[in-house]
Amino acid sequence: MARNGNNNGKPLNVVGKPFRKVDARAKCTGQTKFADDIVLPRMLFCKMLRSHLPHALIKSIDISKALALPGVISVITGKDLPNSYGILPVSQDEHALCIDKVRFIGDPVAAVAAIDEDVAFDAMNLIEVEYEPLNTISSIEEAILIDDPVIHEYGDAGNVHKKVSLEFGNVEDGFALADLVREDTFFYEGNTHLPMEQHAAVGNFDPDNKLTLWSSTQTPHYVHRALAKVLELPASHIRVIATPNGGGFGGKSDPFNHEVVVCKLSMLTGRPVKVTLTREEVFYCHRGRHPVLMHVKTGVKKDGAITGMHFQTFLDGGAYGSYGVASTFYTGALQTVTYEVPRYKFQGLRAFTNKPPCGPKRGHGTPQPRFGLEVQIDKIAEQLKLDPAAMRRANLVKPDTVTANYLRIGSMGLGQCLDKIVEGSDWKNKFSGWDQTNRKLPYGKGIGIACSSYICGAGLPIYWNNMPQSGVQLRLDRQGGVCVMCGSTDIGQGSDSILAYIVAEVLGIDPFDIRVITADTDLTPVDLGSYSSRVTLMTGNAAIQAAERARELLVMAVAEKLKVPIENLSLAERRVFDVENPEVGVTFAEAVVLAESKFGTIGTVGSYSPPRSPGRYKGAGVGPSPAYSYSAAIAEVDVDSSTGIVVVERIWIAHDIGKSINPMLVMGQVEGSVYMGLGEILMEEMVYRANRNVVHKFPSLLEYKSPTTMEMCDVRTYLIEDPDPNGPYGAKEVGQGPLLPVPPAVANAVYDAVGVRIDEVPITPEKILKALREKARGREGRYGPTSVPAVEWPEPLRVLTPAEGGDGKEMPRVAVHS
Amino acid sequence: MNDKMETTKKKSHIQLVLNGEPAEVAFAPHKTLLEVLREDLGLMGTKHGCELGECGTCTVLVNGRAILSCLMLGLDAEGQEVKTIEGMAEGAQLHPLQETFADTGAAQCGYCTPGFLLVAEELLKKDPNPSRDVIKDALSGNLCRCTGYIKIYEAVELAAARMRGEEAELPRESVYGYE
Repeated sequence: MARNGNNNGKPLNVVGKPFRKVDARAKCTGQTKFADDIVLPRMLFCKMLRSHLPHALIKSIDISKALALPGVISVITGKDLPNSYGILPVSQDEHALCIDKVRFIGDPVAAVAAIDEDVAFDAMNLIEVEYEPLNTISSIEEAILIDDPVIHEYGDAGNVHKKVSLEFGNVEDGFALADLVREDTFFYEGNTHLPMEQHAAVGNFDPDNKLTLWSSTQTPHYVHRALAKVLELPASHIRVIATPNGGGFGGKSDPFNHEVVVCKLSMLTGRPVKVTLTREEVFYCHRGRHPVLMHVKTGVKKDGAITGMHFQTFLDGGAYGSYGVASTFYTGALQTVTYEVPRYKFQGLRAFTNKPPCGPKRGHGTPQPRFGLEVQIDKIAEQLKLDPAAMRRANLVKPDTVTANYLRIGSMGLGQCLDKIVEGSDWKNKFSGWDQTNRKLPYGKGIGIACSSYICGAGLPIYWNNMPQSGVQLRLDRQGGVCVMCGSTDIGQGSDSILAYIVAEVLGIDPFDIRVITADTDLTPVDLGSYSSRVTLMTGNAAIQAAERARELLVMAVAEKLKVPIENLSLAERRVFDVENPEVGVTFAEAVVLAESKFGTIGTVGSYSPPRSPGRYKGAGVGPSPAYSYSAAIAEVDVDSSTGIVVVERIWIAHDIGKSINPMLVMGQVEGSVYMGLGEILMEEMVYRANRNVVHKFPSLLEYKSPTTMEMCDVRTYLIEDPDPNGPYGAKEVGQGPLLPVPPAVANAVYDAVGVRIDEVPITPEKILKALREKARGREGRYGPTSVPAVEWPEPLRVLTPAEGGDGKEMPRVAVHS
Repeated sequence: MNDKMETTKKKSHIQLVLNGEPAEVAFAPHKTLLEVLREDLGLMGTKHGCELGECGTCTVLVNGRAILSCLMLGLDAEGQEVKTIEGMAEGAQLHPLQETFADTGAAQCGYCTPGFLLVAEELLKKDPNPSRDVIKDALSGNLCRCTGYIKIYEAVELAAARMRGEEAELPRESVYGYE
């Protein structure tokens, strides 16, 4: 197989080149059909009535007036959809329409199908719901303290959804060995994906008694499963087509209530039904970044080498499970893959609160702990009087090793990343070396650094099975056409194009000769979806396998015809030819005809399953990946100490991509990640009114601030190509990882600029001014949380590290008698 | 009148020049130009993002000026020249901006792309050689969540150079990163 970027010695013709995306022309001419662009004959419009209370029992719902409104065809409530669902098998806690109670403002209780959107809206306002309000749980602290009322009847205790406690080696031994032990607390506020496209879906129960759903979803396969469960239809009678997503960022990865509702309404009315969410409703769908409170205790030697780390996280999960159990584990999983951490303890807690549910946003559960870790590393470097770039460089995880928590590291280009940005930014002439009396940049200007890593696909699927995570099917047409089919979903990252580039590379044709059909559960083999940065690696490997199988059939047929040895044949420039006599050959189309004559219709498949992880302990399922990408960033900022306003002037970022399948698209992902990280550190926040009503403060694009061209910084990008043996042509991910170093790099730069630590994201002018005032009064120049809630943690599950001779399994628990 | 017709409100009717061609359309009078374009004229290339004039996604050109179609009543388009993304190419020949947006990856998910393209078209008509700061200023009313705007600036600069007759390509570092 084509590994390590060398393609068996053959020069690469497509991979590594900046080809246009296969869908670029459609996107630049307004012809891409997004979900809301679908119009079908006799189509009805759906509106959903949402709760205006954050926590309440539903006493009664009267739909009679709505049903009587002319133009209304159907009205449904929770009784019509009694089956629960949820993205994770362990948290099937959602109903498409609430049955007994509502759990946050925006939870839907009824849905209308009407002849147009205006009538549906009017009808929605005629539905009468009688509620009995319940006390609300509005914070992590309240969820831990209060267990009456409970938001859900399941979970680890009261309103605590999940508690995790893991220990790899003995961290107390690590702290005893340390020259310095630091403890810090941090808070990372929640924020949301804010895709420019609002979610939309069209359900159509067709004349054959089969159901089709078009939806703006990143995970058609999981939606397919959820629909079968909720609607009690055979999965074989359901077709889910993911339309091109107008931005996803993780926000379209759950099965959503509106998707279920339009299907049910279509089944009841016999007509297609469309729903398009308003921007306000998109804020209620959410599933975005969890607010995370953190306590980090790290021991280090004088040279900055970590001897032990104890990381605690507290996640505000909102009203439902969503991906939350996975998110909780992710807040503790990837601390070990950048710097060597020989002993590691992780405790994580996810709370239910009466807010829109949190889930996966770009970097899923890892930007928050990465912020805490990288800011603390900076503080440690200051205490040890070490250069924070050099200290990081000296303590990196080594390639081809296994971490204390049993993550297998393959290629590891972080050292090269650091070297590039340190040189490119002129770090040595800008960073003052912690000496405020001898500054290199003037007061108010500062520079900061951070590193990070991210998975290239999760090692395990969301539901337990032994099947591949990704499948690709190829069909070769006797006219020379090639059709590639895959369940993956293009959310703008270019996953459709990656399939075309890779198949074109293997078959020696042009990517634009290829027809790509994706994200259609009737037509395409399963790919689990566009999440966890899995798509290029997994579909890429599946595509290579399918294409190599097709190439094998072609060369067998051509070799026979041309009477040359199979190994002499090469595929390039739409020809199959003898490498020793390149003029001896056939066109690609002729090769297909020869192959079809010999073997029958030419179709091949390829699939991909990640390698098994060495971790065997309970909880080892989150964190393993076929490969890890690495990023390092330096931010240069200008902080106005009179207003507190931070301007990020430039970010230097280096990303270890393994191998670029298309460098232009890689650059776009890096720049987009920097942008999104910048928004998170400077302004974006999902915040709620503090009067216990838990009302979202600003569910609109006007008031939820995100960076415009005016706030976006200059970006200098460096691509490091350290091919990973598990990646297609050595490729690793880029869609999420480069976001991670940006928030801590900016926070560290703010400290360098004005000498205050803002240990809370976002860094707003108010927080900087408060910290500056504290400093002026002779107190600690810091803004951020000072404590974490007292929690009774379960006895940690103990695992011996690989260095201690561990086998990846947890140690038997000592019996505890109470 | 059949009482079933009660729900059908009387429509208004306008004539306009749409993408260079005469057009007429009937629609409920409260509708915005955005809704009329999408729902009554079938031009789905114009997108919606915020419903309140903040994101720029629904930008169209009215008499050559970029406006937010979610803030303009359809009725106010009577007699006006309206250009949408569907009218940007000359036949099958893409506008240079469309070519460079496609070539540089300035369109990732593509949802904000029509709005950015039309704003950029207006900009380059007024200023064929805009500086990076002028481009940022002109595009500041349009939100993009995918690109970080950088590939969009580069696409506008590349198209501007080509429209001035220069043989321009992207700098190497924009495609492969810095050395």
